[in-house]
Amino acid sequence: MRFQGTDSYIATPDLAIAVNASVTLERPLLVKGEPGTGKTVLAREVAQSLGHPLIEWHVKSTTRAQHGLYEYDAVARLRDSQLGDARVHDISNYIVRGKLWEAFTAPERPVLLIDEIDKADIEFPNDLLLEIDRMEFFVNETKETVKARQRPVVIITSNNEKELPDAFLRRCFFHYIAFPNRETMERIVAVHHPDISHRLVREALTVFFELREVPGLKKKPSTSELIDWLKLLMAEDISPEVLREKEPGKAIPPLYGALLKSEQDVQLFERLAFLNRRERARE
Amino acid sequence: MTSRAAAARGTATFASFFEALRRAGVPATIREYLDLLTAVDRGLARFDVEAFYHLSRAVMVKDERHFDRFDQVFAHVFRGLESPPDAATIDIPKEWLAILAELNLSDEEKTQIQSMGGLDKLLETLRQRLEEQNGRHQGGSKWVGTAGTSPYGSGGYNPEGVRIGDEGERQGRAVKVWERREFRDLSGDVELGTRAIKLALRRLRRFAREGAADELDLPGTIGATARNGGLLDLKLVPERRNAAKVLLLLDVGGSMDPHVRRCERLFSAARGEFRHLEHFYFHNCVYESLWRENRRRHDRRIDTWEIINTYPPDWRVVIVGDAAMAPYELTAPGGSVEHYNPEAGEVWLRRLVRSFPRTVWINPVAPTRWRYFDSVGGVTEILDGRMYPMTLEGLDAAMREMT
Repeated sequence: MRFQGTDSYIATPDLAIAVNASVTLERPLLVKGEPGTGKTVLAREVAQSLGHPLIEWHVKSTTRAQHGLYEYDAVARLRDSQLGDARVHDISNYIVRGKLWEAFTAPERPVLLIDEIDKADIEFPNDLLLEIDRMEFFVNETKETVKARQRPVVIITSNNEKELPDAFLRRCFFHYIAFPNRETMERIVAVHHPDISHRLVREALTVFFELREVPGLKKKPSTSELIDWLKLLMAEDISPEVLREKEPGKAIPPLYGALLKSEQDVQLFERLAFLNRRERARE
Repeated sequence: MTSRAAAARGTATFASFFEALRRAGVPATIREYLDLLTAVDRGLARFDVEAFYHLSRAVMVKDERHFDRFDQVFAHVFRGLESPPDAATIDIPKEWLAILAELNLSDEEKTQIQSMGGLDKLLETLRQRLEEQNGRHQGGSKWVGTAGTSPYGSGGYNPEGVRIGDEGERQGRAVKVWERREFRDLSGDVELGTRAIKLALRRLRRFAREGAADELDLPGTIGATARNGGLLDLKLVPERRNAAKVLLLLDVGGSMDPHVRRCERLFSAARGEFRHLEHFYFHNCVYESLWRENRRRHDRRIDTWEIINTYPPDWRVVIVGDAAMAPYELTAPGGSVEHYNPEAGEVWLRRLVRSFPRTVWINPVAPTRWRYFDSVGGVTEILDGRMYPMTLEGLDAAMREMT
């Protein structure tokens, strides 16, 4: 079964090829791209379209590789020993399984999402090399080896905050989600808001792409922001003509709060709009 | 050709592709190469050069900064495999071609064109050729195609010649993706945001437990107690501190003005990252005194000797400056542009480097422009080559050098 994108997710051909290559060759797929271009959603969609269950492992700055394998709950064991619980004699009662373990022992081949791997410590990916490669690990406490029944489809996302080690990269396939062009964006919008008026989309996209061109923005608005903005525009029943408004005093798009997320960006934009206005007045 | 011979030839092509990638600086390894062969073997990209392009990119390239190089190599190795864009749909603006032809043709060719009836005639011929041409065309001396010697055509990244492929893109046609080189912006060095700088500086962090063991090691205690079968076993550890100590010397004023913003960013990132951070300012070169506040640079100066004597040699010194100065500012006593300095800047720099063996110089000017200033060479020499550009890679290398 091949991944082609779904009803709710537009996958460009290069993305589909990368996903299929990683599914077929059983290699993890590393996905990078601007924030808001659908990296995390991808795993969900892949799982849905292949009909596999999804296991999500969200990485935080404090996450260690061991957390993905298992944790030994010594505190619970200590408490049980004080209470004289019989469970205390079996150490395996206190082994808490991590997401990787879960994925390895799942009854059918799951999709494992390791989200934002760059959030964790620099050494984190290195600690997972063997597990990702051989899909097995050893539990010290119980002296058992956990081996994957079938290799899960692994999708890893990164926001480029840290460079990943070469040894880790070598084991992955890689895809960079480029920012969608206008055509793709129209399809994406159609998927999310099927009954939006065509004219509104056209005007909104023009404003959106113009806004992305503004030099010096700290955070360019991305796909997810556009989708939210369109939702607002529809909810407020704003007509396409308003968006086309180039009159002085109205150069800032309505409901821009959905698009520009930082105070500095709003100020920058207002200043540019002001300069623009002054120039017009001079002409 | 037997299928075996064909397979052998295919492998040879892949091998040369792989080699070309490595030569171009894409860090692909044998492992990736074998992966690619397996992927092709499993039929992941059958009879479709575009699919093969995407597949090989996903398998061989692991960093979007290398995409552009990959595209160039791909275009170079596999040129001629693709068919030219559909001729009928191409509408080339005449003036555009005329200008480019004017620019790109040699005198000889111009004469040739005259003999063919002038540029208009030639363009007309070109148009006809495009219309006639249906199949794939490669090499040869016909006007339109790939890998030919003509100024018209597509293939590679030859700056000369009229690239019909690009024109097609403007018309929304399926131009080969690798020729668009969409990832040009991603290659090379990204501008530094505070966060990126912090991450680069993080390499310098060295957590160490220092001092008396006065903090209860909770996990350690629990672990030890549990392992002890429930008998309490207290564990104590010293507090964990970031032990990196950094002395930041910043060049201000004059030629540094264009770099102020980036220096500010570096500074604020360093502030957040190191607990032991001391900063001082200097102008152009380090002399006998430095200052801490720019507003009071004239009345509140600090003796450089005092700094050298105050901080122990395990402090790391980061000097930020463009090192662009007149040679005498560095080499001659009295060479400073603002005051009389009894000892040359060079002497002071050497003193600093000797007192703080882990000293690096971060230069906000792009390395390609370093050679225009003799002083940059001089400073680099004093620092034993430890001058790094103020890019992510540069910072990273600098931090690596200091650890």
